[in-house]
Amino acid sequence: MSQTRPLVQTRTAPVLIYRHSVIVRITHWINVLCLAILLMSGLQIFNAHPALYWGNISDFDHPAVSLAAVQPQNGPPRGITTVFGHRFDTTGVLGLSRDAAGQPRERGFPAWATLPGEQSLAGGRLWHFFFAWLFVINGSIYLLAGILRGHVRRDLLPGRDQLRHIGQTAWDHLLFRFPKGEAARRYNVLQKLAYLSVIFGFLPFMLLTGLTMSPRMDAAWPQLLLLFGGRQSARTIHFILAWSLVAFVLVHVFMVLVSGVRNNLRSMVTGRYAIEESRDAAE
Amino acid sequence: MPPNDLHRRTLLGIGTLLLGGCDRLAEDPAVQRVLASAEGLTRRVQRLLGGASVLAPEYTEADVSPVFKANGTLDPDDDDYQDMAAKHFTDWRLEVVGLVERPLRLSLDDLRAMPPRTQITRHDCVEGWSCIGKWKGAVLGDVLRQAEPRAGARYVVFRCADPMDNGNPDSRYYESIGMDEAFHPQTILAYDMNDGPLPVAHGAPLRVRVERQLGYKMAKYLMRIELVDSFADIGSGNGGYWEDQGYAWYAGI
Repeated sequence: MSQTRPLVQTRTAPVLIYRHSVIVRITHWINVLCLAILLMSGLQIFNAHPALYWGNISDFDHPAVSLAAVQPQNGPPRGITTVFGHRFDTTGVLGLSRDAAGQPRERGFPAWATLPGEQSLAGGRLWHFFFAWLFVINGSIYLLAGILRGHVRRDLLPGRDQLRHIGQTAWDHLLFRFPKGEAARRYNVLQKLAYLSVIFGFLPFMLLTGLTMSPRMDAAWPQLLLLFGGRQSARTIHFILAWSLVAFVLVHVFMVLVSGVRNNLRSMVTGRYAIEESRDAAE
Repeated sequence: MPPNDLHRRTLLGIGTLLLGGCDRLAEDPAVQRVLASAEGLTRRVQRLLGGASVLAPEYTEADVSPVFKANGTLDPDDDDYQDMAAKHFTDWRLEVVGLVERPLRLSLDDLRAMPPRTQITRHDCVEGWSCIGKWKGAVLGDVLRQAEPRAGARYVVFRCADPMDNGNPDSRYYESIGMDEAFHPQTILAYDMNDGPLPVAHGAPLRVRVERQLGYKMAKYLMRIELVDSFADIGSGNGGYWEDQGYAWYAGI
């Protein structure tokens, strides 16, 4: 009677599936380079006037946020960060930090966070605008291919079943229980919503707020000023979005690390992602 | 060493290499040229959007900044300039020379006699701040038409009174714009600011307004306008004082 038993025994050997197309992989890594350089050169540009305002103009005496060095009555100068009138001592990091030679200097963000490291607005602008173009061209290729080849619809739009179970998915995430087997073939609903909001929300708004700071763009498209409430508001939103993207990247990298760093990295390099075939699926 | 620690150290090492590498790269002239190539792309694309003649947004009296920040030179370190200022610029003349059929020498009264243009516009400094001010002046295009530019004129160079390097007269501020920007209706030679004569800190007696570009294009303390076919032989050859320090000639962004 042995031939009536199932031939396929329970298997837990991983199966490699093709997860990321070559366009997704290349544009992903170009995006990593662009966002890193855009962030650091952006902080360099911000350092030329490390204060933020709302509206069209700068109310120099009442910035919403400012990073400055302040000389107390006695003792060395301190780096003071002011947010809506609340003062924080951020000496060493914000407002006052050491340069490459170890000397304390008045600087918004410290030398290790900016590109170039030393104070150079002209240099920061060179890097920022070159990589802004690369970012836009790269993002356009990704979007065009993603829409035409069905990647956005197939892989990013959450299904109705996924949306219904969003609470369960969130709970599983909090317990670090990640999908296995068949469920691991597609992105989970939290991943999909995070990627969609970055691709169609944060990144396009990053570009638009950046363009709103351009006087020539404001001549060509004055609606940009209405959309963001003025040039200085656009600059402030650009800054907030930049740090929101940093937060996204931190969570993204954390999830990559805790949900199988080798498997995740391999899938974004070779395209192949390993899933564990479950007992049910094998029988 | 546990694998995680190894990863961490490797990443830290790569990060340090990248950071140091970036700074060395940033100083390499070839890299600078590649990075600067984006400037031409930005200029061409921005020119296409909305066309060459789009107007910068204009604001209302209520939007004018209570305090308009003065930047750069605040009081030129130059004896000739100080003499002219003491006489309320009655001796001052604006020269229009170079590739023109009729070189001009204009007094402030000559400029005030021309049809004025008044505009309330936003001034965007390359550093990131903005102020709104009300400017009144002669339209640069009208001045240039009087001088009759020759066919070969491609750039309008603004020569200023303020030495940038501790009173060194060879280091005076200068700027340049293309002919399209020079004949734009909002490009004016401003003698009034916020309903009064242009203050010394803002460039008395005359500053140029180039409303679709950043503040450093809007030269103060104007003395001479030169029409040229190339600015390669002026200063370090990049078209302006700040351009010679590495800033972009096209300052529309």
